[in-house]
Amino acid sequence: MMVKKKGLLAALAVAAVATLSLAGCASGDTSAGSSDKPSASAGTLTVWVDAERVDALKGAAAAYTEKTGVEVKLVSKDNSTTKNDFIQQVPTGKGPDIVMGAHDWAGELSANGVVAPLELGDSAADYLPVAIDAATYEGSVYLLPYAVENIAVLRNADIIPEPAANFDDMIAKGKAAGLAQPFVVEQGAEGNPYHLYPFQTAFGAPVFGTNDQGYDPADLQIGNAGGEQFATWLGSQGKNGTGVFNTDIDGDIAKQSFLDGTAAFWLTGPWNVGAAVDAGINVAIDPVPSPTAEIASPFAGVKGFYLSSESKNKVAANDFLVNYIGTEDVQLELFKAGNVLPALTAAAEAASSDPIIAGFAAVGDQAVPMPAIPAMGAVWQYWGIAEAAIINGADPVATWQKLAADVQAAINK
Amino acid sequence: MSSTTENVSTGREAVLEEPPKLTPKQRRASNIADAASGGIRVILVKIVALGLLDALALTAIFILLGQREWLVIGIVVVATGLINWVYLGKRKLPAKYLTPGVIFLLIFQVFVLGYTAYIGFTNYGTGHNGTKDQAVSALMSSALERVEDSPTYAVTVLERAGTLNLLVTDPDGEVSVGNAETPLSPVDNAEFDGDKAVALDGYETLSFQEILAESDAITALSVPASEDPNDGALRTPDGSSGYLYVSTLEYDEAAGTMTDTTTGTVYTDNGTGAFTADDGEQLLPGWQIVVGADNFVRALTDESIRGPLVYVTIWTFVFAIVSVATTFFLGLFLAIVFNDMRMRGRKFYRVLMILPYAFPSFLSALVWAGMMNESFGFINQVLLGGADVPWLTDPTLAKVSILIVNLWLGFPYMFLVCTGALQSIPEELQEAATVDGARPWAVFRLIKLPLLLVSVAPLLIASFAFNFNNFNLIYMLTNGGPRDASAPIPVGYTDILISMVYKVAFTGETRDYGLASAFSIIIFAIVAIIAIISFRRTKALEDLN
Repeated sequence: MMVKKKGLLAALAVAAVATLSLAGCASGDTSAGSSDKPSASAGTLTVWVDAERVDALKGAAAAYTEKTGVEVKLVSKDNSTTKNDFIQQVPTGKGPDIVMGAHDWAGELSANGVVAPLELGDSAADYLPVAIDAATYEGSVYLLPYAVENIAVLRNADIIPEPAANFDDMIAKGKAAGLAQPFVVEQGAEGNPYHLYPFQTAFGAPVFGTNDQGYDPADLQIGNAGGEQFATWLGSQGKNGTGVFNTDIDGDIAKQSFLDGTAAFWLTGPWNVGAAVDAGINVAIDPVPSPTAEIASPFAGVKGFYLSSESKNKVAANDFLVNYIGTEDVQLELFKAGNVLPALTAAAEAASSDPIIAGFAAVGDQAVPMPAIPAMGAVWQYWGIAEAAIINGADPVATWQKLAADVQAAINK
Repeated sequence: MSSTTENVSTGREAVLEEPPKLTPKQRRASNIADAASGGIRVILVKIVALGLLDALALTAIFILLGQREWLVIGIVVVATGLINWVYLGKRKLPAKYLTPGVIFLLIFQVFVLGYTAYIGFTNYGTGHNGTKDQAVSALMSSALERVEDSPTYAVTVLERAGTLNLLVTDPDGEVSVGNAETPLSPVDNAEFDGDKAVALDGYETLSFQEILAESDAITALSVPASEDPNDGALRTPDGSSGYLYVSTLEYDEAAGTMTDTTTGTVYTDNGTGAFTADDGEQLLPGWQIVVGADNFVRALTDESIRGPLVYVTIWTFVFAIVSVATTFFLGLFLAIVFNDMRMRGRKFYRVLMILPYAFPSFLSALVWAGMMNESFGFINQVLLGGADVPWLTDPTLAKVSILIVNLWLGFPYMFLVCTGALQSIPEELQEAATVDGARPWAVFRLIKLPLLLVSVAPLLIASFAFNFNNFNLIYMLTNGGPRDASAPIPVGYTDILISMVYKVAFTGETRDYGLASAFSIIIFAIVAIIAIISFRRTKALEDLN
């Protein structure tokens, strides 16, 4: 007599399905073409969107489907994995037609051949200049921008009613109000150059020089005389100096100090404003107080949409991006979902009726686009470490020169 | 002979006449066996399951046929055939049990290992991400530059005799038509809709739906503006507006070269997976190729990696060995203590002991990282009354901190294992030894520990292998830091091999999956060799029994 087990059969069925679906995937991996070709009448556009903004795009997607018959499929993705997934999936033909991302991905995406340039045509003039600058990589526009993001100083207006004139004034005002640590900015063991960059620009030390194509990787500026002055100043404000900068202050600690009112100034981005307002703090947005006579310009990060180089539906994708996402209504919808300044000038003006957004926009006027060139990867991996070392008491000029040398060596490699 | 058969048959009749009394348990068991073994339902389920499988396989084969994936089709046919043969046949009971396991083994172990090994021999990474065709088309599309100050043209897509044409209205209202072969030439009999020419006699105007269906052909269509290539070519990205572009790259398929038309540099496909100029400059994106053992050679000889590799390897061994040793001895000590009958409230303490094991380890590591913060951490602020101990920022102390946290995370497991193993050692051994006059320490050292090791040693080896690759803890607690500022790669004093590989291959904006795979194979080899040697050694322990 044979004893048969139903469980065994169930397992068999599962295994079989798994085998075949994997076989299906494997076949997709090795062939460049995709099996789901658009039907003759209308196709499907797959758009990867970060989870917070899916709802904001639903209206535009539905309107587009109604007008053209092209179905727009919004796929919610985790922001932290989107870029890698996109790079890996596009060559297999399985990736989306459009992906939402940050402008500084452009270099990496382009080096991997997974994005196609966009043509904004005359509508390019309708966007904020910083957004178009950031969206342009090696002379071509790769990104349809929808938001411009930069850091600014959040001030607790109940403690300090007036904005600070400069960096020293800010610290003095805070001390006068009886605060031990008036100003906080997130650092961490490996430093945080993004948040320190405004001070660095105030000393006249950008990372790269520029040419007519944008940032020039051959012209590394970080180690110039201004850079050394910045390093010296940073050292004087570190552990062995005034202690304004401290690598033990990470994002959470900085946030907590501001929310508790033990710090009155907080250098951070629009993503943290909600928490401060919710905590009942009377928040005002100020420009970054400069330690020199020059303006302290933060980095601008521009968010937008990339078009996949392997999209089978480029016409519809272009049309959807330029003529639907690039409209004031959709940009305002996206603004409501994220509270970040819209990239379209008209939408940006409408959004600036909110004083906080207007505050960030005013600071954003001074901002410079974060370099998207792949050489920037070589900078990031040494930059923060060097700054953290200087804050913790290493010799500023020597450390800074080693940073410049390390970066140059990594770029030349 | 005959009498035996008779006896047997009689016996059988006897059984039939008088079934043996079964206990309720036995009856239930035989019922289950009956229900499970025969019956129409089981056969039905079997047929349905196999039918579904075959239907799926057939669908897969048709899809694969469309993509001409002959190898995969072969695999699907053979696998489906084998499964049907195994489950339809009557006498292949072992195979029926083994098949699902073998399938899972193939998919989740053999395939993954094989694929990792394969990637280790390729140049897969940033810039070498797809096929050569994809690289060529990406290069060509990024090489297009819009002619400076050229206007936007209104464009209508027309079709004649299977050829796509563009009907172009320039900003002055002049209308012209052209296709990929024929440059734009003026026409005067076009039909207008407002300011835009939308139709032309003898041509068919494509509707938006038709444009979508021909998407690829239309975005690839490039209509020369004139006989002079320097005037550029008109392209339309969306089928309704066109722009003049010139290309800065020219592709010669026969020669396999890319020529930069602005500088005249010729980039050749010389087998490195990218178009390369004579001076070694590469055009990115390139494509994926098999590079042989290059990655392995680089992993072991690259100047920038070799220096840190030595001390990272040493620290990896120290970390793994010390972690296993400390967790084992603390776990064993606690197991002995809580195994003592005189101890009160043992159950309560045991639950407490297990707690660190119950939290996800990466979460615990993050919490510890917060507690060990030099200026704001709980340990310095509360326990040490405001001391400035650089727990995670001093090279030596960071290593100690990692070992402490790993001890906290790891001892409950050893405690559980040792408790179980201790309880399986017969009490009589201890009693006999005590009667013979042995002291407790001697009993433990000479009798209990060796017996314990027989069952625990394989787990210690597994624990060593686990800690050797304990990426979670390092990444969450120190991220390898503090950084070694003198090293040419972003490696820190507490990096172990796997976290160093992660940094080498994945930090910055250049990924190198090939190098990472080569490294992971090398690490796999190290761990495998150590495990094999250790298992051989532990066989000696088994002779004790």
